[in-house]
Amino acid sequence: MKEKIIIVSNKMGLHARPAAMLVQTASKYKSSVKIIKDDFVDIDAKSIMGIMSLAARQGSQLKFIADGPDENEVLTELESLFKSNFSE
Amino acid sequence: MSKSNNIILKGVAASAGVVIGKAFLLDEDELCLIYKEIPKNERASEKKRLDAAVEKTRQELKEIYNKINDVLGENYAHIADAHILILDDPTMRKDVYKLIEDGTNAEYAIFKVIDKIVRSFESIKDDYFKERKVDVQEVGKKILANLLGKQEKSLINLKKSSIVVAHNLTPADTVTIREKLIKGFVIDIGGKTSHTAIMAQGLGIPAVVGLKVASSQIKTGDTIILDGNVGEIILNPSAEILEKYQKDYDRQYEEIKELRKLKNLSIETIDKHSALIFANIDNSGEVSTALNNGAIGIGLYRTEFMYFNRNAMPSEQDHFEEYAKVVKEMSQYPTTIRTVDLGGDKFTKLGLLKLGQEQNPFLGLRAIRLCLKYPDIFISQLKGILRASVFGKVRLMYPMISGIDELRAANKILQSVKQELRKKDVSFDENMEVGAMIEIPSAAVIMDVIAKEVDFVSIGTNDLIQYTLAVDRVNENVANIYDPKHPAVLRLIKQIIDSAHKGKIEVGICGEMAGDPLYTAVLLGFGLDEFSVSASQILKIKKVIRSVSFKEVKEISDKILQCGDKESILKIMSRIQVH
Repeated sequence: MKEKIIIVSNKMGLHARPAAMLVQTASKYKSSVKIIKDDFVDIDAKSIMGIMSLAARQGSQLKFIADGPDENEVLTELESLFKSNFSE
Repeated sequence: MSKSNNIILKGVAASAGVVIGKAFLLDEDELCLIYKEIPKNERASEKKRLDAAVEKTRQELKEIYNKINDVLGENYAHIADAHILILDDPTMRKDVYKLIEDGTNAEYAIFKVIDKIVRSFESIKDDYFKERKVDVQEVGKKILANLLGKQEKSLINLKKSSIVVAHNLTPADTVTIREKLIKGFVIDIGGKTSHTAIMAQGLGIPAVVGLKVASSQIKTGDTIILDGNVGEIILNPSAEILEKYQKDYDRQYEEIKELRKLKNLSIETIDKHSALIFANIDNSGEVSTALNNGAIGIGLYRTEFMYFNRNAMPSEQDHFEEYAKVVKEMSQYPTTIRTVDLGGDKFTKLGLLKLGQEQNPFLGLRAIRLCLKYPDIFISQLKGILRASVFGKVRLMYPMISGIDELRAANKILQSVKQELRKKDVSFDENMEVGAMIEIPSAAVIMDVIAKEVDFVSIGTNDLIQYTLAVDRVNENVANIYDPKHPAVLRLIKQIIDSAHKGKIEVGICGEMAGDPLYTAVLLGFGLDEFSVSASQILKIKKVIRSVSFKEVKEISDKILQCGDKESILKIMSRIQVH
């Protein structure tokens, strides 16, 4: 199991398009990926409704927990997706 | 059942025109849901039934995606894309499966799960995310309709020419619209700039929006009088009222039929002095209406629409795609694109700028001032415009120029953008004309100076009058002072036209004054080259131009310039001979 803390840095936060990109990326991997926000909301990163219900705005801090054979790869790709600001 | 007559519902006038017709209610079907216990041995097939409905929904969503993509472009299509992801959401699927495994029927399971998700969205404080519940509900409704084998009522089912009544129209509804069968729109929600309003104006179909409860009071088949001029509908009108409106409608129809005959005739006075009549538009959807009314150019393409109804700044590509559509459709005719004229409030809402509230927004940071202060906004728009310029004849126009420094600063940015495009081998029209709106008195006074550095000017009379007379026309206490007939306004317009002509450039007017037939003869007499008006006014202005003598209107205009008060001006204007 691997963890990574990522801060939402794009202007619009995780609105529809970034949320969709996040789901599509996470779904490519076998590992399960969970997102924890504010220490209590815990959702599946492969669920678009879960992600939208996080209402994550710019500056939100998210903890990603991946578990599975490709846990390192999925976290690396997710991090670079956030770094690119979802090509906004 | 007793029918109450003459129920008047008041809303917002969203698209002009009066129509009488039968209602077609596009209702939100309340799908009937009952809980049924599924026996153990049938639960697996119940799951399969759900899978089949989901599959069918996916096909429908894909079709909608393609249609939206074709009609409105990729920007809108991503709505349908998000719907497909919702459909495939693993958490949702897992919860539904779980309920079915425990013996719940598929319909009720979907309903329960969607309801739970919607509730959780409702508790979100952020409005943007809160509103996503609508997407979830829409997907849920589609799956349910397929499970129940019900056809969703859609505009595709519209067979007879009717007035469409709905709580709201979604972009998916609008792509299935059959223009010819729709006489008008009656919508519960929205305002003048709502999606439906803009679309209706573009299609030239009368509409009243913001009626709040209309869709629950009207039934399919009810007779409706829709008055899109005042924003009112009359439900089940009495014979007397119906007759009155029918007469108005017939007269309107006759008048339009007469005007239609002028469409392909030249725009010239009886003594062969010619002028141009262009159209004002807000978005690409209005081009066909403008051309159908005989526009031979776009004199003002307001680009503010690009910034409405969205959560992020339009990209260079967004600008390019929208403008390219207009420019292509106008083919050999010019398209005058005005760079964005918005105040800081709009951009603050888009989360882009942090600006304080302004004491006097009309005198504040708006239009070219905002673009010069935040060049990124300006640059992406300029790139989009330049790239679209290869498809036809684009004219670029800056709003709110108050002096030569702003004009030069804007042109400097334009030059650097052009240089960047050249370096990247992106083609654009090297000879694109650049002009300025003359709407601030200071610019009018130094028209001779400005004329040396632009290819054309267009007078924005709405703001010019407001700034010249120091009157806020939306303030009812002083609105009566706002008057295009004020001698100072008329003289100022004449001075602008004369100075521009001395500088060998053409002058247009794109304010409301240009579209008011009362002023057509006077402005023509002043020597105005181009009238830019809303599509519905084009033929009315043409009629006036074709029925006067230039020699006569020139003499009359000269007399008007001698007048010191509105009353004597009005007296002279009313004497103009229409042949």
